[in-house]
Amino acid sequence: MTFILADKVAPYAWFPDGASSFVPQVDTLFTVIMWICVVFFVPIVIAMGYFMWEFRERPGYRGSPEALHNNLIEITWTVVPTMVVVWVFWEGAMGYLDMARIPKGTVDVNVTAKKWQWAFKYENGGEHEVVAVTDSVVKELPLLVLPVDTDIKIIMRSDDVLHSFYIPAFRVKRDVVPGRYNYMWFHTTKEGLYDLFCTEYCGDNHSQMLAKVKVVSEAEYKKALEKAIQEPEDPLLRGQLLYKRQGCSTCHNAGNEGANGPGPSYNGSWGSKVTLETGAEVDFDENYVRESILNPQAKARKGYGKASPMNSYAGKLKDAQIDALITFIKSLKEAPKPSK
Amino acid sequence: MSVVDRPIATPSHSEVDSYPTHHFLNHSSGFLSWALTLDHKRIGLMYLVGVMSSFALGGLFALMIRIHLWNFKDGWLSNQTYNQVFTLHGAIMVFLFIIPSVPAALGNFLLPIMLGTKDVAFPRLNLMSFYLWLTGLVLFLTALSVTGLDTGWTFYTPYSIETQQGGAVLAATFGVFVLGFSSIFTGLNFIVTINTMRPPGMTWFRMPLFLWATYATSIIQVLATPVLGITVLLLSAERLLGIGIFDPKLNGDPVTFQHFFWFYSHPAVYIMILPAMGIISELMSVHCHKGIFGYRMIAYSSIAIALFGFLVWGHHMFTSGMADVTAVVFSALTFTVSIPSAIKVFNWLGTMYQGTVSLNTPMLYALAFIFLFTIGGLTGLPLGALSTDMHFHDTYFVVAHFHYVMMGGTLVAFLGGVFHWWPKMTGRMFNDKLGIVSAIIVFVGFNLTFLPQFVLGSRGMPRRYANYLPEFQPLHQLSTIGSLTLGSGLLLALIVLLMSLVNGKKAPKNPWGGATLEWMCSSPPPHDNFSSAPTVGDPYDFSNIEYDGRTGSYVKRS
Repeated sequence: MTFILADKVAPYAWFPDGASSFVPQVDTLFTVIMWICVVFFVPIVIAMGYFMWEFRERPGYRGSPEALHNNLIEITWTVVPTMVVVWVFWEGAMGYLDMARIPKGTVDVNVTAKKWQWAFKYENGGEHEVVAVTDSVVKELPLLVLPVDTDIKIIMRSDDVLHSFYIPAFRVKRDVVPGRYNYMWFHTTKEGLYDLFCTEYCGDNHSQMLAKVKVVSEAEYKKALEKAIQEPEDPLLRGQLLYKRQGCSTCHNAGNEGANGPGPSYNGSWGSKVTLETGAEVDFDENYVRESILNPQAKARKGYGKASPMNSYAGKLKDAQIDALITFIKSLKEAPKPSK
Repeated sequence: MSVVDRPIATPSHSEVDSYPTHHFLNHSSGFLSWALTLDHKRIGLMYLVGVMSSFALGGLFALMIRIHLWNFKDGWLSNQTYNQVFTLHGAIMVFLFIIPSVPAALGNFLLPIMLGTKDVAFPRLNLMSFYLWLTGLVLFLTALSVTGLDTGWTFYTPYSIETQQGGAVLAATFGVFVLGFSSIFTGLNFIVTINTMRPPGMTWFRMPLFLWATYATSIIQVLATPVLGITVLLLSAERLLGIGIFDPKLNGDPVTFQHFFWFYSHPAVYIMILPAMGIISELMSVHCHKGIFGYRMIAYSSIAIALFGFLVWGHHMFTSGMADVTAVVFSALTFTVSIPSAIKVFNWLGTMYQGTVSLNTPMLYALAFIFLFTIGGLTGLPLGALSTDMHFHDTYFVVAHFHYVMMGGTLVAFLGGVFHWWPKMTGRMFNDKLGIVSAIIVFVGFNLTFLPQFVLGSRGMPRRYANYLPEFQPLHQLSTIGSLTLGSGLLLALIVLLMSLVNGKKAPKNPWGGATLEWMCSSPPPHDNFSSAPTVGDPYDFSNIEYDGRTGSYVKRS
């Protein structure tokens, strides 16, 4: 099967290489189910083809109308599939209960999902860094660093709508539901870089709500944790980092980075007069930026009031961080506006 | 129970087969004679035109999706447009095509004739169902096209509460509400008709299996559809009044909406597939010229599927964070549905054994159904099993699985049924050779479209993505090529049908050799279906039905 299905892009047929302790159970069960399917499907197709040929309508042949009922056969093809599905159910349920029972002594990661950005927070309060990627529509993705050979617990929360946290290499998936915490756990088994997808439809850029998961050695993980709590001293660099880390880049363009919409671009905004939805004009200055971060709907810019509404960052950013973002936006004073 | 030792029926129309000059199509003329008709056959035909047009529209959206996905990025649609297109595709196919396709179009035409009656129990209610369907269609299309609904056909909260396309959500849910009533009235009508209007001699176990399937479907329609009505009302109330049942900002629970929604929408899957199974039972026996194998098991399994179908909705929510026990129970219940479905497949194969298999267009569609539905059913196993579902949930594996069931199953059976009863409905024979070609192209194109999607899903490709990682591109391109092949096969099928209206030979009374009552009246049937009440025999007794080369029709040897 692998031989037929593996192609030049992927050396495997069905599942990507696995990197969690759930992989053996899931992959084995799937392989067995595959063979069960083959054992049912192939004889059905062979019988169908044989009957099509053997009993085809042709001159001089007339079928016999006798075979209409046979208790033994009918009971057999009811009981055998029943036994098979009972076994499949049992295996699936046992594997699932392992996934659902979270062990003690895990390394915890807080995951916050919002349109259309993943945010990871480590146990020491540090936040995820961002990595450049080449294989995706998005140029930069949040990176979740995890230690190898460790039980990891993921605590998930959504800021807006439903999302779903899916790492194919770990064979795990769980919806992120607003208004409650959902949990997931897994045991990492192999170092490497893996994909993370959002698998519950969440609006415009659902398909760009991706992240990377990097499983590293214990020592490297410690280093990553230390780095995670640091923000640069220089306000401009700090603003740049926050722009990506806080998810501003998912809606606002800055320089030649970030999504061009639904929010307005930062380029060439500083110092200009901004026309609001109400028709009034205000100065784009420190106070306007601050208010737009803390209370985004208060002075919505004309043409953007009906765009996907931005959530307030009140309580999420310190004053020094807002200052850094202001410095960053100020630095884009001369940058050309992107074409819509 | 053996069916062969039943008394042989005597045909009520012993006169030589003749082409009728007066029939339901020319019984009266003018726009109003159709618009205000109470004739179930005309209502059925109007539904047929309606659902086929809806299908064409939904199909065009499907092709737009597949063409957009040719490259992993920078497709020809923006993300927003892509999201609206897949919403349109799903919503139109589910609410406007699949649910009414077989019951409302073919069911309306066939049910009274198969029962040997003049019409359904409540002809006026029947016409009202049609107009409700039409109203729903208009509301729905307005919502979908003018304001750009982008919630997916499932309207999941809180996205459907928050999305900017608020007018679209309200109009579409109101459309769904009205369409639901259309469905309920049709189901009610069929239940009463089958219960009270069966002719003397037609006991429950002498009913054609298409009627068993329609009966089971009607039960689901009547019992489940009201819940959909309640759900969309609650959703509208949440949007307009903020009652706080689904919206987490108001202390509601968005998962509650999923329970409500799937309590209808999972049984609705059986509203879609059961009538298709009924069609296949008819097609297999008629074109094998042999009684159906295991009649009682097929009949019971229709009822079993209808009942079990009510208990499995939770499997759409395995990853939503339900309690573990709940998930395990729903998984167990889910597997119960697989058994009656498997039994049917085996029985259809048993019907071919020692039969006389005519490999014509309807039969090839029926055989394609068995092949595709078996794949659809078997790939349900790794989705019903909990641990493997954690990997497959909301990936292309699921997309491929339900297309094998819904499209490879229901649509292919619907096409087989349309070809099978086309001579009866229109009085014209179609070009069988071209019909066979269409069936083969559809079969090949379908597999080329959806087999790669199983592999995509297992490799981790999530559904509803407007762009994707480059490693998925080759399989997506294969799927797109398949979809274009499939589209051309379906177009050919339509051309074959339409050509028959222009230059098709006149259809005889019984061109395939069927034993059910609809083959005892002329093609097309007269306004009153039967001039005198037909005598009911065994619907699957083919022992004395023989081909008459003189008229091109099968006749009953007396």
